[in-house]
Amino acid sequence: MSDATQNHADLAPSTGAKFRQRTLPILIFVAIILAIPMTDPSRTMLTLIHQMAINIVFALAYNMLLGKGGMLSFGHAVYFGLGGYFCMHVMNWIEEGSGIWGSYPTFFLPVMGFVAGGLAAAVIGSFSCRRAGTTFAMISLGVAELVFSGAFMFDSLFGGEQGINGDRMNGPEVFGLSMGPMQDIYWFMAFWTVVGIVAMYAFTRTPLGRLSEATRDNPQRVQFIGYNPTRVRWLVFTISGAFAGLAGGMSAVNYEIFTPEALSLIPSGFVLIMAYVGGITYFAGPIMGAILLTYMSSMMSDFTEAWLLYLGLMFVIIVMYAPRGIAGIVFGFWDGLRGAQSGEFLKRTLIQLAGCLLMLLGLIVLVEVSIRWSNGWGEVFEPYGMHFGHDSILTWIVIVVPIVAGAAILRYLGREKEEMPA
Amino acid sequence: MTAPALSLKNLSKSFGPAQIINDVNLDIAKGERHAIIGPNGAGKSTLFNLISGLYTPTSGTVSLNGTLISGVPPHEINRMGLSRSFQVSNIFANMTVRENVRCGVLHSLGQGYSFWKSVTSSKAVQEKTFEVLEHCALVDKANTPAALLPYADQRALEIAITIAGGANVILLDEPTAGMSHSETDRAVELIRKSSEGKTLVIVEHDMGVIFDLADRISVLVYGEIIASAPPSEIRGDPKVREAYLGDEALPEETA
Ligand SMILES: Nc1ncnc2c1ncn2[C@@H]1O[C@H](COP(=O)(O)OP(=O)(O)OP(=O)(O)O)[C@@H](O)[C@H]1O
Ligand SMILES: [Mg+2]
Repeated sequence: MSDATQNHADLAPSTGAKFRQRTLPILIFVAIILAIPMTDPSRTMLTLIHQMAINIVFALAYNMLLGKGGMLSFGHAVYFGLGGYFCMHVMNWIEEGSGIWGSYPTFFLPVMGFVAGGLAAAVIGSFSCRRAGTTFAMISLGVAELVFSGAFMFDSLFGGEQGINGDRMNGPEVFGLSMGPMQDIYWFMAFWTVVGIVAMYAFTRTPLGRLSEATRDNPQRVQFIGYNPTRVRWLVFTISGAFAGLAGGMSAVNYEIFTPEALSLIPSGFVLIMAYVGGITYFAGPIMGAILLTYMSSMMSDFTEAWLLYLGLMFVIIVMYAPRGIAGIVFGFWDGLRGAQSGEFLKRTLIQLAGCLLMLLGLIVLVEVSIRWSNGWGEVFEPYGMHFGHDSILTWIVIVVPIVAGAAILRYLGREKEEMPA
Repeated sequence: MTAPALSLKNLSKSFGPAQIINDVNLDIAKGERHAIIGPNGAGKSTLFNLISGLYTPTSGTVSLNGTLISGVPPHEINRMGLSRSFQVSNIFANMTVRENVRCGVLHSLGQGYSFWKSVTSSKAVQEKTFEVLEHCALVDKANTPAALLPYADQRALEIAITIAGGANVILLDEPTAGMSHSETDRAVELIRKSSEGKTLVIVEHDMGVIFDLADRISVLVYGEIIASAPPSEIRGDPKVREAYLGDEALPEETA
């Protein structure tokens, strides 16, 4: 039994632990945000960063559902898109100065995205959240198709194939930002990303946030502690839709245009991949996934036309071999380094890494050679002055040997681990 | 005359052609400790599922403190002051022990579905959580993930979640099943303490526990209650001996 001096405060994490786990990461994040402008980033770099900011908020919103709520949605871009579309309309109302809108600052457009995304999710969720699991996933897919095709029918709302465009440089200025130059947009993005991250983290600490996890793990027991799981799911869905709408609002201001593609299954799938690859069991996972995949999608498409293939490959590998995602790998590595046998761990990890790199090398050559071969234009894969023709035996050696060697290493390590008792 | 804590009237439940609960009538007074015994598959857990709202009766009614509750969803029945545990531990495996109990406390302390304040902001919630942990001797394991608890502690947590909301009618489904002697003794003490001033309905196979704890015992066989009386009378009831206790030794006789 416990002694009488103990009280409930002792059970909570210590102030030091709280600072390390909660306050410190956010401080580091803010420091990075403040440091980036000092490096005088190029326009390309800024464009990339802005897209990352949008995706970070969107992926975190999505993970409220998938990671914390256990609800797999195939159509979350609907709320991103509807939030963004509404912001485009508001942007135009601001320009016209109609009614009260003339005095609404563009800077706060994401608030409108938040409201619109949340309202849309509240309405759609009122029936889709009655069921969990596969049924919920199927409904989300159906709704996404429905909204996407509906967008082409209501031209005045969605602008048909051209979409709706606007001009963000209207309305009153706030914080001295005219919202014209990219540097202004940078601060706009920074502000809303931090607001989004902090708010969504805070949400996980609220009673509803906790109940959301409880409902994910055991909806039946939730009923017997006085809560209605359907209601919990609906509320979480609505809030998640609202934050997706916030990201949509950020996107509206950034690109000054929204087209129906933004509502389609493609961004819905992309946000799923971002969250999953990043690691849905960690709050920071989707942030990592969003940064990595945004980078990949904009940079790798310059290097290789097969980048979607690499993306798919990465997704499959993560699902199969690292279900806790990048965050799981990063935090696992960190824990291992601080663990008792850190030397042994480091050795293992390095060998593992070597195995992975070998396989990756073989795979890259395989993909690049094949794609040029199948294009049939006689193009040859020539990295760093080397020459990999599809008809050269050397090429196939460079493909097969590393893959086999890498696989052997990984297999050997796997076996060894099984034989070790703990 | 106040209404009984629980009142079952002509309660029946069928799954397809199989009639599992058959015209059960039972009144349980406020403050009573009532045990339900019966062979495997008699329908004891099904009866609990009917009372707690997980199943809707095929016919008949359930009343809680005089209010009709058959057909009311489980979470609303829970809010009316009826709480239950499960035969197979039904906890939030990914949460720590403390978080499990805290979830059980939230609604009764008016936290509702709030998402505008931290769970840790309510002092009442923190204190009540600690009180329940202490009551169930789980303070030392407060920060252990529930999935990693030893079996007996999981059962204690099951009870902790059940009583956390302060319900005054408590249904426990085989709380000591699978426990060792000393573990059972501790569990019985916990149950006795937890049900003080409350109404307790308990399903148990351990006769020692039942004859020790219960004010009244109902014997359920094939979905029918064949006897409902104080322990001393149940012991002597020939119908019960024949139907259920047949070849099982009673505590008195083994002593
Ligand atoms: N949802 C259901 N659908 C169909 N049959 C069910 C259902 N739930 C219970 N039954 C059947 O009802 C009968 C009684 O089950 P119940 O679990 O209530 O027994 P019990 O008295 O609790 O037994 P035990 O002592 O083993 O826990 C069993 O034959 C079971 O197969
Ligand atoms: Mg049972």
